[in-house]
Amino acid sequence: MKFDTPAGTNPIDQLKVVGKPTDRIDGPLKTTGTAPYAYERHDVASGQAYGYVIGAGIAKGRIRAIDLAEAKAAPGVLAIVTADNAGKLGKGRMNTAKLLGGPDIDHYHQAIAVVVAETFEQARAAAALVRVDYARAKGRFDLDAALKAAPLKGDSSGEGSSAPPIDRVGDFDAAFAAAPVKLDARYTTPDQSHMMMEPHASIAAWNGDELTLWTSNQMIAWGRGDVARTLGIPKEKVRLISPYIGGGFGGKLFVRADAIMAALGAKAAGRPVKVALTRPLMANNTTHRPATTQRIRLGCSRDGRITAIAHESGSGDLPGGGPETAVSQTKLLYAGANRLTAMRLAVLDLPEGNAMRAPGEAPGMMALEIAMDEMAEKLGIDPVEFRILNDTQVDPAKPERRFSQRQLVECLRLGATRFGWDARNPKPAQVRDGRWLVGMGVAAGFRNNLLMKSAARVGIDAKGMVTVATDMTDIGTGTYTIIAQTAAETMGVPLDRVIVLLGDSSFPESAGSGGQWGANNSTAGVYAACMKLRDSVAQRLGFNSADVTFAGGKVMSGNRSVPLAEAAGPAGLSAEDAIEYGDLDKRYQQSTFAGHFVEVGVDAWTGEVRVRRMLAVCAAGRILNPKAARSQVIGAMTMGVGAALMEELAVDKRFGFFVNHDLASYEVPVHADIPHQDVIFLDEVDPISSPMKAKGVGELGLCGVGGAIANSIYNATGVRVRDYPITLDKHLQFLPSVA
Amino acid sequence: MRPFTYERATKPADAAAAAVRNPGAKFIAGGTNLLDLMKLEIEVPRHLIDVNGLGLDTIQPTAEGGLRIGALVTNTDLAADQRVRRDYGVLSRAIVAGASGQLRNKATTAGNLLQRTRCPYFYDTNQACNKRRPGSGCAAIGGYSRQLAVIGSSSACIATYPGDMAVAMRALDAAVETVAPNGAVRTIPIADFHRLPGDTPHIETALAPGELIIAVTLPRPLGGTHVYRKVRDRASYAFALVSVAAVIQRDGSGRVAVGGIAHKPWRVEAAERRLAEGSKVVAATLLAGAKPTQDNAFKVPLVERTLAAALHDARNMA
Repeated sequence: MKFDTPAGTNPIDQLKVVGKPTDRIDGPLKTTGTAPYAYERHDVASGQAYGYVIGAGIAKGRIRAIDLAEAKAAPGVLAIVTADNAGKLGKGRMNTAKLLGGPDIDHYHQAIAVVVAETFEQARAAAALVRVDYARAKGRFDLDAALKAAPLKGDSSGEGSSAPPIDRVGDFDAAFAAAPVKLDARYTTPDQSHMMMEPHASIAAWNGDELTLWTSNQMIAWGRGDVARTLGIPKEKVRLISPYIGGGFGGKLFVRADAIMAALGAKAAGRPVKVALTRPLMANNTTHRPATTQRIRLGCSRDGRITAIAHESGSGDLPGGGPETAVSQTKLLYAGANRLTAMRLAVLDLPEGNAMRAPGEAPGMMALEIAMDEMAEKLGIDPVEFRILNDTQVDPAKPERRFSQRQLVECLRLGATRFGWDARNPKPAQVRDGRWLVGMGVAAGFRNNLLMKSAARVGIDAKGMVTVATDMTDIGTGTYTIIAQTAAETMGVPLDRVIVLLGDSSFPESAGSGGQWGANNSTAGVYAACMKLRDSVAQRLGFNSADVTFAGGKVMSGNRSVPLAEAAGPAGLSAEDAIEYGDLDKRYQQSTFAGHFVEVGVDAWTGEVRVRRMLAVCAAGRILNPKAARSQVIGAMTMGVGAALMEELAVDKRFGFFVNHDLASYEVPVHADIPHQDVIFLDEVDPISSPMKAKGVGELGLCGVGGAIANSIYNATGVRVRDYPITLDKHLQFLPSVA
Repeated sequence: MRPFTYERATKPADAAAAAVRNPGAKFIAGGTNLLDLMKLEIEVPRHLIDVNGLGLDTIQPTAEGGLRIGALVTNTDLAADQRVRRDYGVLSRAIVAGASGQLRNKATTAGNLLQRTRCPYFYDTNQACNKRRPGSGCAAIGGYSRQLAVIGSSSACIATYPGDMAVAMRALDAAVETVAPNGAVRTIPIADFHRLPGDTPHIETALAPGELIIAVTLPRPLGGTHVYRKVRDRASYAFALVSVAAVIQRDGSGRVAVGGIAHKPWRVEAAERRLAEGSKVVAATLLAGAKPTQDNAFKVPLVERTLAAALHDARNMA
């Protein structure tokens, strides 16, 4: 189905099933612990052995020698694979560094071997007996130092955030120089780790030259291609199966060492092999969100209109990697005739930087939304009003290009009312509640909507059951449920008459899960397949498909009514189609918007920051399942608390690695950190996004949260911190004396 | 994890004797720290002596009017004990400020005293660490040291003792009762139990080889107001950046011990004598000679402010 004109009224608009806060259809499996995750697929292949991955002990250099003798002789050991005996390996399109290092080492904890044994404990014990002699080389580990000579570099995150190396609209320099009110400030965001609950894990089984991987991967088609490329085999010989994923956040967009080492280990051992990356490997072996140093300049007229806006960002990555596209949103979020964005990329020998939930916007908004707060204060304008004043309904660089829907103003206004914003004291450090300095902050939320081709196959069997199959993944987001809702709505059957099969590369290729594009595109693909199936049903019944109704498990036309099961016939009926997009995303800017409101308490003595309440008001097209969407936004807000207050991969600039590589030292929010959270969705439909008229929310819920928290801390303390995470050491010495 | 042999001990002295009979032996009770460290091969015992069957799991009054806490009393049971909550509130509060409910259910009194540092370089076996491999050096010095010691450290080690319970016990002047392999029982004041790192950071306590903790005794109740103030980046389940255990009397006198800043719970009696002069003076005395790193210099003012908070709380609670 080609989607190249805005959607008219269609079967989804019935909203009998879609748009309802339906419980997850996979919920019972999850809550009873019976949803089988990759590492638990004991049933799929007999004789599974265990692989344990060894990560490099240096960041840069080479392996002079590896002594495997003791490890090979250890109890239970079946095989050890290193670069010496792995055969020639390629590199995935999505990978920057090789997934099996040696003799050259590209980064700390790069995999250098997998030890395969009868049991996990034997593999781990034997791995400790592998002796590696390294020749350490000098590496580049200091972002600030490396940025001094870093070139400009444009990029797309591949997740909807992109910017050229340098982008100018109007004359920023002149307008900024002439602006009566100016802000010029620097902000930093740290390296962050996805630290999803389920580690990267795979079981590999070879059948002749055919490889099956039960794995945990957000993007099945990308993964299949990169496994094939890395192993040097045709992709038709690779099957990926990933029906349940215990969190990804972008860390599982790509094939990682678990999959490749399982495949190599299984080949070497002649048996199926399962590999999970240990928690300490997740920080340095897999990808992370790169640190940024950002400079933002705002020039305003005295009445609060932005006349000049510049956002520059520097980040680092391994050779061949890309920048964090932190300036992308600044091209679109606020009005202003004179604009500049630029990105610099330094070469670093730290582990590979890549996408993490809302790459680009998440760290970019953390900086931009503090800058907006600072400018509002300089102007003496309420920060909600300042944002509203600088709203734009068009792409500022191409005014003929409108936003498909843009209700940022409505989000901010409704949020201010619901949150009780008028009670905020604009003068910082005035509100006290016992030991707590109390403050309120606001930020806009912004994240683009991406259109990606997505296919599905839908069938009806002789019992009238509708089965959807697509390689789409459910990374904990509720995909199973919204796909079932879409099929039920379109085929006119109750939800419990729909079976959804996901995450298998033998199914039609979907958009996959990333960049908050999954919900809209994958359901639109299912809708397309359902509409094709409806045509087949009508045709078989001799109905005119233009005036056929699918409802209550029946197909109706005029005064004829046929049960769907009967229409399908004993052999059933099936159709496959994809949603394919025209240029609606070129003609219109498609984005999602939010207003984030936060109240914090800062301990007047110790400077500890604790969030008291949070509200997100979101405008993101049709909300396919308000319950699942709310969970997405709440999860994102929680991640925003982590980013604002505690998450930081600490870099050892001497040895080149992230030091705090476990969950005891890389702190993410715990329940006690998360107070009252509320989410409101504006009643919006976006007929330009897809036949579903939906967009994404999974990343919108994160973008802006950090800024709102930072601004609320400033309102509480009067101390402006521009370096995340805002830990107590950064403002303690500036807090009022309490002795 | 290296292969190890295992036995269950039934008498304290037998356990201690078994420990010297088997080179490389370790006692195991709750295992909440030891098992993690064994998986990472930071601890590589060749023999484990399970002491859970020793029956040391009761809290009894002492003739002196205090309490004798069996070595195997769990953190959960100790924190919930009515006598502890009434007379030694700082101890109860310190315990529940630590770890998680699940861990406290398994962690024992003796094991908690013996938990090892959370220095990230100690935890990464690729890095030099004088605790893990004596003589290999200290990668933490000059590295990421935000959590690490500001006082009492050495050129061999800047690790901290990570626990909460022992900080309160230090304020209470608890004593550690042990049995030696030859059956001799002795009592070690808590002040002398944990050591500063010096040149031998791998030797963390005053325990001799094989010596087994059998109890911790608390002296007669001190009265006063009991406060435990733990400062951390998140609200729960995090090690202290700084913690203060305080027992403050009506006349303003009292005791304070500080956690999160040294290789042992940090208490300076001379500082306590100046409580009337306020937290600034007390903190300055407590931290005389402190040598923070750039990463953890904030702990010096943080100690003062946390102390002020604890004293404020004590006044409000009294």
